[in-house]
Amino acid sequence: MHILIIEDDTEAAAYLVKGLKEAGHACDHAADGDEGYKLAASHSYDVMIVDRMLPKRDGLSIIEQRRTEGDETPVLILSALGEVDDRVTGLRAGGDDYLTKPYAFSELLARIEVMARRRSPSEVATTYRLADLELDRLAHTVKRAGEQIILQPREFRLLEYLMKNAGQVVTRTMLLENVWDYHFDPQTNVIDVHISRLRAKIDKGFEPALLQTIRGSGYSLREPD
Amino acid sequence: MRTTAFKLSAIYLIIFSIFATFLIVYIAFNTQVLMTRQLNATIQLEVRGLVERYRAGGLSELVKVIEDRSRRPGASLYLVTDFRGHYVAGNVAALPKWVMEKRGAVDQAVIYQRLGDVDQRKQYKAVVNVYETFGGYRLLVGRDIGERETFREVVEQAFIVSGILLVFLALLAWLFVSRKVLNRIDMIAVASRHIMAGQLDERLPVTQAGDEFDRLSDSLNVMLSRIEGLMHGLKEVSDNIAHDLKTPLTRLRNRVEVTLASEEADSQTYRQALEQTLEESETLIRTFDALLRIARVEAKSTQIEKIKLDIGAIAADMAELYEPVAEDEGALLTWDATSSQYIDGNRELISQAIANLIDNALKYAVRHVAEQRQTPDVTDQDQAAEASLPEQAKIHISVMSKASQVILSVSDNGPGIAKNDRQRVLQRFIRLDKSRNQPGSGLGLSLVNAVASLHEANIQLDDNEPGLIFSISFAQALPDQQQEQDS
Repeated sequence: MHILIIEDDTEAAAYLVKGLKEAGHACDHAADGDEGYKLAASHSYDVMIVDRMLPKRDGLSIIEQRRTEGDETPVLILSALGEVDDRVTGLRAGGDDYLTKPYAFSELLARIEVMARRRSPSEVATTYRLADLELDRLAHTVKRAGEQIILQPREFRLLEYLMKNAGQVVTRTMLLENVWDYHFDPQTNVIDVHISRLRAKIDKGFEPALLQTIRGSGYSLREPD
Repeated sequence: MRTTAFKLSAIYLIIFSIFATFLIVYIAFNTQVLMTRQLNATIQLEVRGLVERYRAGGLSELVKVIEDRSRRPGASLYLVTDFRGHYVAGNVAALPKWVMEKRGAVDQAVIYQRLGDVDQRKQYKAVVNVYETFGGYRLLVGRDIGERETFREVVEQAFIVSGILLVFLALLAWLFVSRKVLNRIDMIAVASRHIMAGQLDERLPVTQAGDEFDRLSDSLNVMLSRIEGLMHGLKEVSDNIAHDLKTPLTRLRNRVEVTLASEEADSQTYRQALEQTLEESETLIRTFDALLRIARVEAKSTQIEKIKLDIGAIAADMAELYEPVAEDEGALLTWDATSSQYIDGNRELISQAIANLIDNALKYAVRHVAEQRQTPDVTDQDQAAEASLPEQAKIHISVMSKASQVILSVSDNGPGIAKNDRQRVLQRFIRLDKSRNQPGSGLGLSLVNAVASLHEANIQLDDNEPGLIFSISFAQALPDQQQEQDS
């Protein structure tokens, strides 16, 4: 992917560039709002990472202007302001996702990868399939190897989200935000417990195990390599 | 300060002057009117008497009576003239000619000279009535108004004197205001300057008078006590922050230093040190985030967006989120939120408050039950005590309405909290075990407290016998037909 990073802290930006390059992405970096806007307007990126508070021009105004100019590039907003209303203003300005500093690099990577893929047209599918696992969004049914699996409503939504982002890494925070719609840190391993319950239902007694734990990041629903 | 006193006195002076002037003019005018009316009435009575005498005894009788009366002290004015205007009888020496041409009461004061006066040119003023009798004879009767003039002079004098008195009083008021009242203000100003300079224990002076200044000082003193309390709390918090943030920071730094200084460190050691550092920094970030969040919730007070929420549904949602966690730890988490209970609030904050309460209840109840079951002497000696031992940690969440309040409560069968510690646990970084070696930041209940006060809700901690009941009572949202139909 081709990624634009608009971030005034050059050291933080350098780490970001390094990490993203190691993950196989190409990066451009702008250190202030004006430069960031120029790059965003003159190139085509797959994802933009925009810091909210920037010299010369603030991050939200860049996003707003690019949106009115018809730029649909997914945008991840970085900010030290993490309260719910800050998040809402960020998303209203046209951001697709919001990450509060300090963040884990694995969190950022998982988010931009999911965000970039979400733009693709496969999103409208009514049935998700992965190996012999099948989820019907309309009938609300789940089958593994043709065998019906009974899930609780919340477990269904958890699996639905994992299948929608199959092959991608999703973090605990992403699950909490997207499946439960909570934006706070519950301090306990609540997500892990729910995942292990889901795993017991969809993977136990079947081969191969699809719901994998990605150490230091989160989870991924995928066929083993 | 001086100008304020001067302005106040000037305003008093002006208001008093206007009022006094009005009063004096009003009294003088009314008195004049009354006196004139009385004079006219007296004159008319006298005229009637004279006319009767004339009818009885003719002109000679009238002249006789008039001359008789003229000689009395304090007599009225009398003048009888013939048809050519020549003097016939009376005590008037000179009159303006036009007066005798009038009929009835003359509507203005007439200047005349008196017959038989030592000084012939001395002039007097009088109110007169003129009557025509017969054959062109005219009769004038009048009363001197010297008295009335004297009265007016008295009034004028009173006016001047009271004017001087007013200015004097205003000066006195000014002196009083600047001396007494402004001194009080100065005292308050001095005291507040001391407080500003950092003497937070100083209070504003309160006298025995019980006046407005005392009431003001009293309220300000209450405010100062509250601020002092808050400052004290802040100091305690910053001490605790110093402890809770500096300890892990020191640990982190020491680990890095030791690892770097180590001679035989291999990449495995480095990796391990880095992983521990990452873990430690995550804990620090969490503590820091929690602190920031509490501070922001506390600072926001009324600004936060509140909507009508079904707190029963939120509680059930959180219970559902935590239920597998409880089960994993061998605890039983139950909830009843059968009916929808609406409050005005912020979903995110209320969810987090409930999460913190469940988290807390789980943490203490699970540990407490485990500790009790491990105590050997009880199990050996006392079968009854053994039977009464809790089998597992139990947490119950309920939402119910009671007298236009919606009460959310989380109860457990953990160790509970001693009565005198119940308010303290709501403060930041308070953990009842002094050693601080249990996991947790000590911020969970502070956030619950901040969220509750943001929603103007009351927190109550009760004994669950055994365990703790933590209740928050919110004001019930007003029924809204539209919304209920929609949902």
